[in-house]
Amino acid sequence: MGILLDEAPYILENFPGGGIVITSADWFINWSRANSLWPLTFGLACCAFEMISANMSKYDLDRFGVFPRPTPRQADLIFVAGTLTKKMAPRLKKLYDQMGEPKYVISMGSCSNTGGPFYDSYAVVKGVDKVIPVDVYVAGCPPRPENLIEGIKKLQEKIKKDTIKNNGRAKIFK
Amino acid sequence: MTENTLKDKDGFETMYLNMGPQHPSTHGVLRLGLVLDGEVIIKAEPDIGYLHRGMEKLAESRTYQANIAMSDRFDYVTSMNNNFVTALAVEKLLGVEIPKRAQYLRILMAELNRVVNHILFFGFFAMDLGATTALIFGFREREEALELFESVCGARLTYNYFRVGGVSRDLPAGFIEKAGNFVKMMRSRLKDYDDLVTGNVIFQDRSVGIGRISKEDVLAYSLSGPVMRASGIKYDIRKDDTYSVYREFDFEVPVRENGDCFDRYMMRMLELREALKIIEQVLIKLEPGEILAKVPKIIKPPAGEAYVRTESPKGELALYLVSDGTANPYRLHLRAPSFINLQILQKILTGVKVADVIAILGSIDITLGEVDR
Repeated sequence: MGILLDEAPYILENFPGGGIVITSADWFINWSRANSLWPLTFGLACCAFEMISANMSKYDLDRFGVFPRPTPRQADLIFVAGTLTKKMAPRLKKLYDQMGEPKYVISMGSCSNTGGPFYDSYAVVKGVDKVIPVDVYVAGCPPRPENLIEGIKKLQEKIKKDTIKNNGRAKIFK
Repeated sequence: MTENTLKDKDGFETMYLNMGPQHPSTHGVLRLGLVLDGEVIIKAEPDIGYLHRGMEKLAESRTYQANIAMSDRFDYVTSMNNNFVTALAVEKLLGVEIPKRAQYLRILMAELNRVVNHILFFGFFAMDLGATTALIFGFREREEALELFESVCGARLTYNYFRVGGVSRDLPAGFIEKAGNFVKMMRSRLKDYDDLVTGNVIFQDRSVGIGRISKEDVLAYSLSGPVMRASGIKYDIRKDDTYSVYREFDFEVPVRENGDCFDRYMMRMLELREALKIIEQVLIKLEPGEILAKVPKIIKPPAGEAYVRTESPKGELALYLVSDGTANPYRLHLRAPSFINLQILQKILTGVKVADVIAILGSIDITLGEVDR
């Protein structure tokens, strides 16, 4: 699958009508990726409760195809919900590395965006983007579930703009 | 750190299982190092500190009012109770008289938060034992309670409702009716809970007789709250060392005898009913009046120290506050019930099966924000 997907766009581009195939494939792949985002159940602090609320009865993230998985190997999305401390930071990096590509990160709440109310603490990492790359930042302390849903929709928009030309090894060959 | 070369009684090598810090059932970022002989635990070692945010140190560089805002994040499930203990400690230093209505509003909010905590406990404990439906039920009721909080103070989780000398704002129009409806609704839903979980044979098989804590252990480890009362010790700070205006309310202190996971679960369910009783009484007793005593804008308590203890849903929540006469506290120390209740874990986990670890940990009901601070 890897080589096929990685190099196909560049082979196809040279054929007449190849561009149409690429855009159709883009549309299909992005549509399926954006609508089956499986997050890792990873709650750090207060924000975790709003994340769980968003998954539960009233807000029901299931309708966006967001269904929590307990292991990083089955997840494509990680909500960093809460304060990231210096002791936890290496574990977060490890979890992120264990996830398969493509993977996305939503930083949820002030603490994981910038350190928030604990910015001046000796034990807190000042922003999760110092450890792993972040796709969407959701503001609030803690953000309301509606806010998190907005963040997920923003991420879906972002995924839908992606193209297979940006995939894996293709980037290196280009 | 545990050496993973421990031998079992037949001389075979044991297995070292690392549970957490990322685990759906450790209620946050607790790490348990388990040494296993087959399925039996020989040694369990909790490793905490993954959420250590240095709050007690930060408190020294913040004003007293800002510390109430920060206390929301100690135990983020019971923010109102944390507000309560912080406000009480500062008021003890200052020596202010709190208006009657403010006292009632405080108790109303603290008890509502107790209901929310116990609903969450119900959901998470049942989910730990494999019943996802209970959590969905629990969150349905929790949202109703959070709507009440939201209408009063505008926040769902971190309320910052208490002020030194009272509370920040009065109840909105129609709150009393809505809260009354919530109590009624909750009573009927509790029947559903009992039908769904309490009487469930599988649930009872997983929890009855598991993780027994004896009376002696409770005293030796100074456990508190529902964990203590489940082992047969009738002690509730709201009754026995009363604070605020709790003495005006009529409520029972439920006690269970066995001290196993099921009794700890039952304690929460019984306490939930008592909390609803108190809420109902507050709603009747509320009278119009002041909600904030006259306190200076910049709070500078006289030098001295104060120790205040309260009954939070998790146990005895106490705050030790030292003032040196400036606008910031000299020292703030929290006696966190989750942290102290967690200490028994190492003892009761020895000799149980792996599957029961989750049940025992869930039944103690910890919040890592409070354990690590």
